[in-house]
Amino acid sequence: MAKEQDKIIKEVTQSDYKYGFVTDIENDTIPRGLSEETVKLISAKKNEPDFMLEFRLKAFAKWKTMKMPNWAHLNIPEIDLQDIIYYAAPKPKKKLENIDEVDPELRDTFNRLGIPLNEQKILSGVAVDAVMDSVSVKTTFKETLAEKGIIFCPFSEAVIQHPDLIKKYLGSVVPHGDNYFAALNSAVFSDGSFVYIPKGVRCPMELSTYFRINAANTGQFERTLIIADDDSYVSYLEGCTAPMRDENQLHAAIVEIVVMENAEVKYSTVQNWYPGNKEGKGGIYNFVTKRCICKGDNSKISWTQVETGSAITWKYPSCILRGNNSIGEFYSVAVTNNYQQADTGTKMIHIGKNTKSTIISKGISAGKSQNSYRGLVRILRKAENARNFSQCDSLLLGDRCGAHTFPYIEATNNSAIVEHEATTSKIGEDQIFYCNQRGISTEDAIGMIVNGYAKEILNKLPMEFAVEAQKLLQISLEGSVG
Amino acid sequence: MLSIKNLHVSINGKKILKGVNIEIKPGEVHAIMGPNGSGKSTLASVLAGKEIFNVTEGKIIYSGEDLFELNPEERAKKGIFLGFQYPVEIPGVSMINFMKTAVNEQRKYKGLKPLSAADFLKLMREKKELVELNSALTNRSVNEGFSGGEKKRNEIFQMAMLEPKLAILDETDSGLDIDALKVVANGVNKLKTKDNASIVITHYQRLLDFIVPDFVHVLYNGKIVKSAGKELALELEEKGYEWIKKELGE
Repeated sequence: MAKEQDKIIKEVTQSDYKYGFVTDIENDTIPRGLSEETVKLISAKKNEPDFMLEFRLKAFAKWKTMKMPNWAHLNIPEIDLQDIIYYAAPKPKKKLENIDEVDPELRDTFNRLGIPLNEQKILSGVAVDAVMDSVSVKTTFKETLAEKGIIFCPFSEAVIQHPDLIKKYLGSVVPHGDNYFAALNSAVFSDGSFVYIPKGVRCPMELSTYFRINAANTGQFERTLIIADDDSYVSYLEGCTAPMRDENQLHAAIVEIVVMENAEVKYSTVQNWYPGNKEGKGGIYNFVTKRCICKGDNSKISWTQVETGSAITWKYPSCILRGNNSIGEFYSVAVTNNYQQADTGTKMIHIGKNTKSTIISKGISAGKSQNSYRGLVRILRKAENARNFSQCDSLLLGDRCGAHTFPYIEATNNSAIVEHEATTSKIGEDQIFYCNQRGISTEDAIGMIVNGYAKEILNKLPMEFAVEAQKLLQISLEGSVG
Repeated sequence: MLSIKNLHVSINGKKILKGVNIEIKPGEVHAIMGPNGSGKSTLASVLAGKEIFNVTEGKIIYSGEDLFELNPEERAKKGIFLGFQYPVEIPGVSMINFMKTAVNEQRKYKGLKPLSAADFLKLMREKKELVELNSALTNRSVNEGFSGGEKKRNEIFQMAMLEPKLAILDETDSGLDIDALKVVANGVNKLKTKDNASIVITHYQRLLDFIVPDFVHVLYNGKIVKSAGKELALELEEKGYEWIKKELGE
């Protein structure tokens, strides 16, 4: 049996990441390094209006005064930000007929990733914005959505086509100087998705952005802005992968969401950036700022994340519950294996009356990885009858990994009720043997146990992705008990 | 069907089994009795393939194959079933999902198609009736929050679902009241055919009032010290294990 397990471990660690290929395509890149000139160059490449360049320069000036944060439970090697290429756009081989056409090379890439860009072939009911390196390649179902007044387009297009919305909301949730990585992103971000759901509209399909890092030595700095106007609803999904490379690559994104009165946004992430190899070499450094403001009364945001990738994950999708009766939810499964490190969690800021928040975090650590939950629940003075429930569970596989929980609670209103529960458990040899004895292989047993453990979260994902996420969990952990 | 020859087993250097010999033919029920610490559960675990034990000598042939060449799940697929003394809880994994996976793994091994959801649920219903298992239990996670008796009954239910060739019941009677004991024994008896065999491991004789063994073996200090027909169990009940010790001159 020990031999069998060794075999499984070997097979899996050598063949696990199936999105590790590189697309051979010429890139339009700018020289390495970061300066005011770089910022200006990116803005010029994108033909941006002046207000955008001003925003970027303001952020860059602020960033120069800031230091890399070191409070997380992470061991972050020094990142040489001058050694990164800040803009890389795939260059089409031939001149394309119209703007909706996609270079066959890129179409193939996304096909291999299971993201067909052809509207006939695509998953029914899902509109996709495909982003490779610094630019959006294609957005599907744009016209169908436009009929309802929904805007779903690349960020760079929104800057040109809908400058008023961008001016009004850009940086309104995550200010340009919010933190080190947010300031960096605000200065050099290249593309991403923009979503606007008008008053009273229920978005008829899932919206999804797929981020792909392809070019070497580049960083990806995308930005997503979602605005859900009064009485609207949208469910949005984000996916991401990258090639297997020996050097680390930086990904520093921002997601801003504004939810107005009676509106609801569901934001789901399946994060599968390349995690590095089994010795801990390579992999993506993922430093992301995600925040939502529930601005209107009775508004609701629900973050669901399945984090299996990245060498380092630093990410705290947060909810500012300003509207009365607004609701914030955070559901997370974070898996770390080999040498991966994750410090992830959420912030719930209760400002309005009768605001409610729920946090369910499930950490799964294997190999020599470190997995931390970090969460803040802050209840401000005027937040009468605020409620929070937090549950943080950790599951350990093997005895060389670590699980940590850092909950912070700050309540300044006496009517607040805040509950926190935490558990730590280990997948036991006995559980696996029990499954084995019923004819279930070790690999399937781990998959079954882990999926059982994470079920509560996976159930929150849109159907198509829940199945995908289940498989992903299993692949990420196969062979990790031995 | 099963031939255990001169089996020596140790754990962490401590010798537990010191030369066990047992022959089991299809259709037979063998009871293994013995005082605590005599090695009964070790024997059950070694048959199922638990790795913490170290087999230092001897061999086990199961249906013509060297048992030690098979990993635990292969043994299970080939029809060896262990009813655990302490069934573990697996939170979040529903009994239905667990059983469906187990049944279909076995079918796959036999070259059969997976059962449809409807057929599977029908099978579950039938078998649940057989062991009088409370319907609600199969909607819960594997053994989670089950009482001791429910866990044991759940083991027999799984045995009914998997229809093993060789069933090993490790102290299935411990912690059961007399009614539950009857239900469990009844299940075992109903599942008995001329082609399958069972090993019933027990400390007490009372289970053998309901499951009538063809052979009774007394395991003491790592060895089978006495083998006979069902009457041996009664004799043991009457005279106690001290009698065996005396006979052995200890």
